[in-house]
Amino acid sequence: MEGVAITGMGIISSIGNSVGENYISLIENKIGISRITNISTVHADVIKVGEIKKTNEELIAELGLGNDNNFSRTAMIGTLAAKQAVENAGITSINEFRTGLISATSVGGMDMTERHYYDYFKHPELVKYIACHDGGDVAEKIAEELGLKGIVTTISTACSSAANAIMLGARLIKTGKLDRVIVGGADGLAKFTINGFKTLMILSDDFNKPFDNERKGLNLGEAAAYLVLESDEIVEKQNKKVLARVSGYGNANDAFHQTASSENGDGAYLAMKKAFEVSGLKPSQIDYINVHGTATPNNDLSEGRAIKRIYQDEKVPDFSSTKPFTGHTLAAAAAIEAVYSVLAIQNNVVYPNLNFENQMEEFDLTPQTTLKNKNIEHVLSNSFGFGGNCSTLIFSKS
Amino acid sequence: MKKTYINGVGCISTQKTFDTVFLEEAIVNHDENVLAIVPPVYKDYISPAASRRMAKGVKNGIVASALAMKDANVEKVDAIITGTGLGCIEDSEKFLKSILDNNEEFLTPTSFIQSTHNTVGAQIALLQQCKGYNFTYVNGAVSFESALLDAKMQIEEEEAQSVLVGGVDENGEYTTALFKLSGRIKPDNQQPYNLLDSDTSGAVYGEGASFFVLENERKETTYAEVLDIAIVNTLEENEIEAEIKSFLKSNNLEISDIDALVLGFDGNVDFENYYRNLTENAFAETPVLYYKHLCGEYDTASAFAFWMAAKIIKTQEIPEIIKVNLVEKSVYNTILLYNQLNGKNHSFTLITK
Repeated sequence: MEGVAITGMGIISSIGNSVGENYISLIENKIGISRITNISTVHADVIKVGEIKKTNEELIAELGLGNDNNFSRTAMIGTLAAKQAVENAGITSINEFRTGLISATSVGGMDMTERHYYDYFKHPELVKYIACHDGGDVAEKIAEELGLKGIVTTISTACSSAANAIMLGARLIKTGKLDRVIVGGADGLAKFTINGFKTLMILSDDFNKPFDNERKGLNLGEAAAYLVLESDEIVEKQNKKVLARVSGYGNANDAFHQTASSENGDGAYLAMKKAFEVSGLKPSQIDYINVHGTATPNNDLSEGRAIKRIYQDEKVPDFSSTKPFTGHTLAAAAAIEAVYSVLAIQNNVVYPNLNFENQMEEFDLTPQTTLKNKNIEHVLSNSFGFGGNCSTLIFSKS
Repeated sequence: MKKTYINGVGCISTQKTFDTVFLEEAIVNHDENVLAIVPPVYKDYISPAASRRMAKGVKNGIVASALAMKDANVEKVDAIITGTGLGCIEDSEKFLKSILDNNEEFLTPTSFIQSTHNTVGAQIALLQQCKGYNFTYVNGAVSFESALLDAKMQIEEEEAQSVLVGGVDENGEYTTALFKLSGRIKPDNQQPYNLLDSDTSGAVYGEGASFFVLENERKETTYAEVLDIAIVNTLEENEIEAEIKSFLKSNNLEISDIDALVLGFDGNVDFENYYRNLTENAFAETPVLYYKHLCGEYDTASAFAFWMAAKIIKTQEIPEIIKVNLVEKSVYNTILLYNQLNGKNHSFTLITK
């Protein structure tokens, strides 16, 4: 069997607190974009976000954390999603096999840092939050909650982070270095990122419209998703249900600009090309592309050009961005979209690219705008980040 | 499976580790609890105009990687893999302060852009026009080892023939103040700061950038071969020795095969026994070395240790300043590095001639 087996998934996003809820939202056009309520920001009336409508207090209660906990919001949603994934994979003894955790985040515990930054010196009871700023703290917390003792690490390559975590996990299984690995990413909303993207002038004040000629930018979102990857030996031995497989992956660097993509999408093109090489698949075998599609003028142009370069004279398969549902969840984006890709394969659907009206003038690419039922064997999912970081994953039916 | 060789090194640290042979000018600073890097002449590597806009970590990463590539006599690499605990923390501080001080108004994007963890790796790629694989790991004390493990996999699986791998972290003023408050850094005014006979918690902090060119072939510039890297999140004090033995065994080695053991002693009395037990028991007959009294503690300090170990194998010399015990060996062919932070994020790295 080609590719690495996915045996469990967990997710929390603005469109649902479980895999099932997320799927229902995707097929019933229930979007998660709204006004921000959990963070007080001067931009509250201007921006729209994909926010998980649970307060930190609610998340703490759900996780059963003690009063002395120092969980950031990112760590809380990460733990919820990772626990679901482990449960979904039917894992009861986490250290029974060589098991790792490869996580991804961009903000880490920034939500706590920005909340308490100047208060630490006055309020000793807050000092515990200093240590949760660290990007690696999220993975540490998840590992601790899962009781996982083996290899734990974190990748932070901006908006492609989780794709890279999935890629590393797949390679660790393929090379036999691990028997089992939990991969994914988490990012909570933070003033830091809201203002960062605001200064870059790529936030839309409206609902994001990927691949539309009049697109104005992205909506930020928050989410966490994790997948369990297992070796074929374990799958066979335990007669596990395989949800789908990670059959291809590729990472490349655009080497063009720190925050902008090159006009002809060199990095994106190279990432997709590598993923095809690894999978042994031809572009024409892809049934659905879950595009990065952030709805910024720059990303969609660059990504579209790269897709055109991959397909040349061939027909580009059905494609859509799911970011109109969830917003752009940064380091978690590729993880939630991996879950959506697996669901597309399991249910044989292409999700609609909501809010699309007019084709971009630069090329003849029209996303799928309504839910479409058809057989799906292979899904390609793109994720691109600052620093020219471009990643592609291919998921295949088992 | 291809083997992995360290073919070039570059180190910017709180010691003069460039334009020197091997720590002959090193000094132990007992007066400060936060050490600052000895800066290289940046304009030899980066145009002054570009340099002014760059974060400290980016500049040091660029210089260290340029040194490593020159040392390895290569002009391009297939992949760039970076480890960093906190990224360009000075820019994170700057952007966060302007958000808080100006109530989210009048902000400019520069410091936000540089605050992204993968800025160093991205800037190196941009400068070298390297369009290959580019990963950044951010997991506390195993950030560098994660990068190293990935680099070795890239070479073993023949996904890359040459990889630039490094660890980089910088001190930020407000963050170091917070670390003193939280106890991660030793309190002010407790001089002299000694590492090996410390009776206080916390560490003396530092910063630095160490980069390495790893290739799939042995050549004239080769320092050592990277045999294996293991990362374990959680281990109890009494599990370390067994863990090391099984790690060595999986590489067909025994403790007696180890010519030097490099330990991450950082003066934190609370977790010192992780190292002390090894020194006094299993490795009592092995030369034991330390380094954080020279480079300070920081998430990627173990990259400095990796630089040191590579240098020892190449020069066959151990500077007095890094010795924990008086044990000597006639040759230094195989070195084991062990590091942890607060009993978490354990890493074991093996290199050999």
